[in-house]
Amino acid sequence: MSNSAAPMIEMAAVSKWYSPQFQVLKDCTTSVDRGEVVVVCGPSGSGKSTLIKCVNALEPFQAGTIRVDGINLSDPGTNLPKLRARIGMVFQHFELFPHLKITENLCLAQEKVLGRSREEAMAKGKALLERVGLSEHAEKFPGQLSGGQQQRVAIARALAMDPIAMLFDEPTSALDPEMITEVLDVMVELAREGMTMMVVTHEMGFARKVAHRVVFMDRGEIIEDRSKDEFFGSPRSDRAQLFLSKILSH
Amino acid sequence: MNYNWNWGIFWELNPEGTGTYLDMLLMGLRWTLAAAALAAVIALVFGSIIGVIRTLPGRALVLAGDAWVEFFRNIPLLVQLFLWYFVLPELLPRAAGIWLKTLPNASFWTGAIGVGLFMSSRVAEQVKAGIRSLPRGQSMAGTALGLTTAQTYRYVLLPMAFRIILPPLTSELLNTVKNTSVALTIGLMELTARTRAMQEYSFQVFEAFTAATLIYLALNAALTFLMRRLERAVAVPGYVTGK
Repeated sequence: MSNSAAPMIEMAAVSKWYSPQFQVLKDCTTSVDRGEVVVVCGPSGSGKSTLIKCVNALEPFQAGTIRVDGINLSDPGTNLPKLRARIGMVFQHFELFPHLKITENLCLAQEKVLGRSREEAMAKGKALLERVGLSEHAEKFPGQLSGGQQQRVAIARALAMDPIAMLFDEPTSALDPEMITEVLDVMVELAREGMTMMVVTHEMGFARKVAHRVVFMDRGEIIEDRSKDEFFGSPRSDRAQLFLSKILSH
Repeated sequence: MNYNWNWGIFWELNPEGTGTYLDMLLMGLRWTLAAAALAAVIALVFGSIIGVIRTLPGRALVLAGDAWVEFFRNIPLLVQLFLWYFVLPELLPRAAGIWLKTLPNASFWTGAIGVGLFMSSRVAEQVKAGIRSLPRGQSMAGTALGLTTAQTYRYVLLPMAFRIILPPLTSELLNTVKNTSVALTIGLMELTARTRAMQEYSFQVFEAFTAATLIYLALNAALTFLMRRLERAVAVPGYVTGK
């Protein structure tokens, strides 16, 4: 099963249709090695968010296989909740639970899914809150924090589960510009510590700084899947060149 | 109009031998309260279950939930009570039918359960709407953390959904109280029935129905007040609806 040489995330020929006429993912094949940071970019509607949501089976797909830590998602014997608990996920709109205090947001899944005691979960949660620089907000509710602060809590909530990999779905797209940095800083630190990360983002600065590879998608297809230097140095496809020229020109 | 006003009627003895006319109305109020309480519990429990079922992915479950709602919502309450009280015992096997008909306080049980099931269809609609009003990312976030579907509903979706639908649920609670008066048609001697009895015994129709009006008003005003306090008690700091 778990094989330390095999990639953490392997996707082979993944296809997904919303209807027989509308295919959102076409034969997507890529992988993320252990400790690797892969940035997924592309124009909106290109399927990147759908692709990343397939990795922890939040979105069903009709063809192809995805393995995470060697476990096949489509295998009927796979315990999906158990597998998802080991994969951290951060959403564009944070998705903290608004009726729960920050500490309770951090403890909920630790207790209900991992079976940790309240003390254990609280200690872990507080330590992570400290790490993302939000200790003084522990007893507040999500609605009382800024977007950037909420997203840092959301990252801490995912890390509290001791994930083997982290998925980020446009983590800074819903943030005011001045809050983007505080979230990216946390992500850069995570990447430098060796966390396996798959990140859907338009933040090319982040990609340049910490990504190992860049996956470029358009219309449900993976057009480029190359090392960071190759991608930024000379993207082969016209589509990727056009995309880069548009988002890097300002 | 030739009418003899007599506001002192409430302190006169009623011909049933159960004390004064006021005692008679208060006895009716107790049945109203008992029927409303049981009906509200049934409406909330079944309404919540059916409402949740209708948001689940399983097609068969959704259809069953829809059928429940349409059945109890589309037939007049009065007809439903007649169905349960007069028709159901005849359709059941003989022994069960007789057992139902001779049940002590049969009109109370039938009335309260009937009103409760009728109201459950309305509660189910609201529970469904409350869950649907939450961003899709909320259930995704619960699922992504490894929570099961049941846990996601229990800890993530329902606590917010119920907060959101608390104001309309208050209206449904008041409707439940008021709808128990329909049970007088199957013989439940609740407040409205007692008021009519008082009118028939004493001919003081205006006094009797003024009293009933004020009692219903006071009862529902008290419930509204309590629900407002509940809304404030469970309000989430910093949460802005419609965000």
